[in-house]
Amino acid sequence: MKFSRKTQISSEIPTASMPDIIFMLLVFFMVTTVLKEYSGLPVNLPKAKRIEKLKSKRHTVQVWVSKEGLISIDDRLLGVDDVSLVMYDKRVADPQIVVSLKGDEEAEMGLISDIHDNLRKVEALKLNYSSKTLVD
Amino acid sequence: MAKKRRFKGGEIPTSSMADIAFLLLIFFLVTTTIDTDKGLGIVLPPPGDMEIEIRKENILNCLINSQGKVLLDEEPTNVEQIHRIVGQKLRENDKLIISVKAHAKTAYNDYVRVIDQLKMADAKRISIANSN
Repeated sequence: MKFSRKTQISSEIPTASMPDIIFMLLVFFMVTTVLKEYSGLPVNLPKAKRIEKLKSKRHTVQVWVSKEGLISIDDRLLGVDDVSLVMYDKRVADPQIVVSLKGDEEAEMGLISDIHDNLRKVEALKLNYSSKTLVD
Repeated sequence: MAKKRRFKGGEIPTSSMADIAFLLLIFFLVTTTIDTDKGLGIVLPPPGDMEIEIRKENILNCLINSQGKVLLDEEPTNVEQIHRIVGQKLRENDKLIISVKAHAKTAYNDYVRVIDQLKMADAKRISIANSN
């Protein structure tokens, strides 16, 4: 006895919406990637082993400290005392801000310590000493 | 003699659309470099000069001089040895607070190396003294 199939299921995968899905992926990646905003100062970052990744680039402020003792935030050169002024505005705009301190290997601790004090003054307490991974 | 043109429906071929979109996607995936900032995280104390009394035996002094030499509890110590010694002291006393004080002329690199060593010893309580 032969069975005749009544329903005919098409065995094709619908590919019409495929470009839409991929375009959506494309747009997602384009929106989420943040391009480098500031070029900063030329620094040789120190090297360390116990490195943590910063979670979000949107909540970080990069503070560059060159070996000559120059300080730059958002591509503007600042004096030490101006750090607190700039950081105050940034902290008010985003309370969960993290400061990424990009200091040169040869920068002096006296200056770094002054930056610490200025950051404390405006309660920008989360700090990250930006460094490269040390390979043994 | 005129040829009769037969009209074949005017459709745009969409079958290659997905391939084009994929190509774009791959291009963006490859060209965007996600360089997340990485480094040693530390939390600064809140402003205001608070003075908390800490028992002497719960403090480990770590001094760094301008040449990058480290004095750990009055003993000159090699930087690479710090994590071992501090780890041992932390096992003996888990309330230990490490107080790091660097000279104003200390290179930032030497300081970061010490902080890295302390992180390797899983020291949670690190106090950074003013260098000036």
